[in-house]
Amino acid sequence: MTSNSLYGPLEDVSGDAGYVAGHPERVGFFTDTSVCIGCKACEVACKEWNGLPDPDADLLKLTGMSYDNTAELGSNAWRHVAFIEQAVPQVSVLSRDGAGQLIISASAGDTDDSGQATRWLMASDVCKHCTHAGCLDVCPTGALVRTEFGTVIVQPDVCNGCAYCVSACPFGVIDRREDDGRAWKCTMCYDRLRGGLEPACAKACPTDSIQFGRLDELRVTAQARLAELHEAGITQARLYGADPEDGIGGAGAFFLLLDEPQVYGLPPDPVVTTRDLPAMWRWAGLAAGALAAGVAVAFAGRRA
Amino acid sequence: MAECHPVAFQWVVQAKQRGATVLHVDPRFTRTSALASAHVPTRAGGDIVFLGALINYVLAGGHEFREYVTAYTNAADMLPADFVDAEDGDGLFSGYDQETRTYDNATWQPTGERDLTLSHPRCVFQVLKRHFARYTPELVDEVCGIAPADFERIASTLVACSGREKTTAWVYAVGWTQHSTGVQHIRTASILQTLLGNMGRPGGGIMALRGHANIQGATDIPTLFHLLGGYLPMPAAGESMEAYLRRIPDTGFWGNKRAYLVSMLKAWFGDAASAANDYCFGYLPRITGDHGTYRTTLDMIDGKVKGYFLLGENPAVGSAGGRLQRLALANLDWLVVKDLAMIESATFWQKGPEIESGELVTERIGTEVFFLPAAAHVEKDGSFTNTQRLLQWHEKALDPPGDARSDLSFIYHLGRKIRAKLASSSDPRDRPVLDLTWDYPVEGEQEEPSAVAVLAEINGHAADGSPLSAFTQLAGDGSTSCGSWIHAGVFAGGVNQSARRKPDAEQSWVALEWGWAWPANRRILYNRASADPQGRPWSEAKAYIWWDADAGEWTGHDVPDIEKTKPPSFRPQPGARAQAALSGADAFIMQADGKAALFVPSGLADGPLPVHFEPAESPLRNRVYGQDTSPVSVQYRDRLPVRAQVAGHAATYPYVVTTYRLTEHHTAGSMSRTLGRLAELQPELFCEVSPGLAAERGLANGGWATIITARAAIEARVLVTRRNRPLRIPGEGVIHQVGLPYHWGSEGIVTGDSVNDLLPVVLDPNVYIQESKVATCDIRPGRRPRGPARLELVRQYREQAGLGAEWEPQQGDAGPDAEPAAGPDAEPDAEPAAGPDAGPAQTGHPAAPGGTEHHDQ
Repeated sequence: MTSNSLYGPLEDVSGDAGYVAGHPERVGFFTDTSVCIGCKACEVACKEWNGLPDPDADLLKLTGMSYDNTAELGSNAWRHVAFIEQAVPQVSVLSRDGAGQLIISASAGDTDDSGQATRWLMASDVCKHCTHAGCLDVCPTGALVRTEFGTVIVQPDVCNGCAYCVSACPFGVIDRREDDGRAWKCTMCYDRLRGGLEPACAKACPTDSIQFGRLDELRVTAQARLAELHEAGITQARLYGADPEDGIGGAGAFFLLLDEPQVYGLPPDPVVTTRDLPAMWRWAGLAAGALAAGVAVAFAGRRA
Repeated sequence: MAECHPVAFQWVVQAKQRGATVLHVDPRFTRTSALASAHVPTRAGGDIVFLGALINYVLAGGHEFREYVTAYTNAADMLPADFVDAEDGDGLFSGYDQETRTYDNATWQPTGERDLTLSHPRCVFQVLKRHFARYTPELVDEVCGIAPADFERIASTLVACSGREKTTAWVYAVGWTQHSTGVQHIRTASILQTLLGNMGRPGGGIMALRGHANIQGATDIPTLFHLLGGYLPMPAAGESMEAYLRRIPDTGFWGNKRAYLVSMLKAWFGDAASAANDYCFGYLPRITGDHGTYRTTLDMIDGKVKGYFLLGENPAVGSAGGRLQRLALANLDWLVVKDLAMIESATFWQKGPEIESGELVTERIGTEVFFLPAAAHVEKDGSFTNTQRLLQWHEKALDPPGDARSDLSFIYHLGRKIRAKLASSSDPRDRPVLDLTWDYPVEGEQEEPSAVAVLAEINGHAADGSPLSAFTQLAGDGSTSCGSWIHAGVFAGGVNQSARRKPDAEQSWVALEWGWAWPANRRILYNRASADPQGRPWSEAKAYIWWDADAGEWTGHDVPDIEKTKPPSFRPQPGARAQAALSGADAFIMQADGKAALFVPSGLADGPLPVHFEPAESPLRNRVYGQDTSPVSVQYRDRLPVRAQVAGHAATYPYVVTTYRLTEHHTAGSMSRTLGRLAELQPELFCEVSPGLAAERGLANGGWATIITARAAIEARVLVTRRNRPLRIPGEGVIHQVGLPYHWGSEGIVTGDSVNDLLPVVLDPNVYIQESKVATCDIRPGRRPRGPARLELVRQYREQAGLGAEWEPQQGDAGPDAEPAAGPDAEPDAEPAAGPDAGPAQTGHPAAPGGTEHHDQ
């Protein structure tokens, strides 16, 4: 085990989990929300491929949250498209530079009486398949495992429904099913990966908002796309989960966002919940040692 | 486009990433708007003003592609002195007959002279210029609610992105077509695109995004009453073959009309068709006028139509005036519904709103309903034709379950059984059925007819039985057969060309080996216009096809849409016919004169140039002309009075209501509300209102609202959204628009009221498409009344608006009392019977493909 097993950058996440050399390259998702059209094909393809349960028709109700009626990731929703309607300052959407070339700004929208324009953000959320996955770290049964592709999956036949993982996820992704009590989440279509296919959501995405591939390559692609958007004046664009130095050691599923993460319902600075585990063990060990020492001293003192 | 054609929208996303500007003009802020370079909201029904002002901008600023316009359009044609333009007729052209609400186009015919300087006051170009002069940015502001600065931005972008070096494409869907002036909306766009030189060139054109995967295919070989295959018109009652052929132009490629028609008749009637019997031309059905969906619906109510087949159509939810549709279905002897799931049109007698309201009583409905399960597209072979006329074949993945069968199987075996029953008949009226070629091979246990065999028949055969490879091989002497001339070549060499799937990486960017496009696998129609009159590309950037003088032929990236060896310098001999009558510089080869029609002398029922009229229901009077609404729209006024634009109306129904679709559902919902994974994505009917309207009417996000029009009251959840922006109209104040997706009904996993119940039956006079994109309504918080009280609410509103308490014909004998109800409505200001008796004679001209729009969109 390397020193970075619980926190910080980790070069070879599968190797760290014990896969021998020659295991597959780490794969992931790059979700570019700037080209998401909110069609929800990812949600449907995911449910179809993974055989997620049909909804209870009696419970179906409009949420009133724009076009989002899925509401959140859960045991039966492993992809979730968020829809965010915003009032944004009106910008000149079409202008010309000196050479007469058209410059398109980020914001599409009309203005209301207050001169504010409307922006409609859409983003398909998914399990982040963290480099340091709290869910996996806390699982007492070994139901949660790191795969040879560097992804994190739950083995339903091992899960005992203790739900430690639910509270350990910094993103609120993993969730227990009410009927069987077990925890479920995105597997990045482990069965498809084993068969050499891309995950169902990425396959179904019409605009390539969801891109699947080798994580190192996706990070390069994402940087290029980010630079492109910045060059076009869309300065609010940023990557989320792409940095190995972040609190989860970088995500296996990362995003290009057009606004602050919290706008999309994502934590701004997620930290793996087991980050402090070594320190805690050290402190606990220290405390135990101190206690033992104290007891020893007490006994020693009495004898003295 | 992102909303209803998300898969196709990937190309727009890619184009935008490569630097394309994407402008979205729509009353509604959709998923398309979210990704567009700019979205500009507009008032539903103001399209001709918006597009007309762009034409005016182009012409007033001298931005037209002059060389293109002079060479390839009828801009130089001279009009007769007695032609009166709508500009001088206050919205009416010469030839209008108020009694019949029709036009006589005698005064619209060009004189035959041409003015290539485009300066004579009576040449089309100058008439056009004057016609659109009043369509100013200020008018756009007043009619559409688009501010002049926004309009200027759009117009200047359009001009900058057109010309030799660049092209602009227009993409539309039923938001343009479903209006009483729907055809003229497309016409206005055509004029604009032609003036800018954006037709027949790569990156140009006008793309119709159809309402279903194969609506284009169902127009090419139509399920429409006024067309035969390949846009041949349907014969009129009493018409001989020679008279029929005289209706179709002699010059241009329609000049081969006899070959097209006779080959089709040989495909239909085989050996029974001979020169001696006019190739069984007499067997073809004849039309006497309007036989469209809505006329037929009224005829059901009148007891004139006894039986009805519904194959993949759900009029109880999908057609305008849902109550009318259901009353009609309840008055049939029999009804066959063939669909993937149980639909409202099959259960109207049990669960329809009229049962709840007491207007219909189940026990008294005599309609015998047969429900037949249908095969889905993965359970049968066949082709889809997309907006680019591209046929793409799909193969059956598995057999349909149980008794489910393809429509092809149903029609074929029904025909086979009818023919068996008639086999011994000597009645001449049975001959057309008995003489049909009806011998498709069947496959498998389910005896599924071979779809490939049907495709081969459509493609056609030469005299020796070999498959045709091009429509130019067709003969008018009965030696060739061809089910649809435009499709000749789809089975060239005995190979199903539409099944080709060569990846784009392995061929040119035009991808001629992916599927097959009619006609002749040409991917861009009229692509002769991509080169200048001398045959040279207009620019390197937009080079597409060009004349290779050394080789003596047209060459380039696509199949040339002109005779391959006809040089640009070719000039026709006097009296020449068909394509020989066109010069080598005539790019629009289906037109009789080879020219794009800026001005349309014949073929349109509502005028040679587009004119803005207010929708039949509008909060505004026409700001452009004295004539308020379309003088020729089809309204069945004697039967289904639409509210006139009376003063009391605006107070009663103050808001515009528009209908549309969501990505998550498909049309009338039978393919999406029945599937859990789709139903849950949009589980309830909702209305989209602006924060301003919500405040004005006390509507709460997530709560209920009742929407009332002159025909119905429905309830919907409320979605308050700033995406719905009220329009500021100078002199009128704020106009609110209520948006309603129309996918719900009483069947399926998720149910809700049917939005189309709200809409009037007002139709475009050319193709009988209903005006379902705009009407007027009121909206108030809370759920609608139940039972008879719902009708009472509609009645109260009608009385308040001065419309009379009754509307739409009542059911004869299926209602609560056995008394036959009142027939024609007692509308106080209804005009005398002025239905569309003139019929589609004016549409018989085989104009550009487009055809009647299908209604269930």
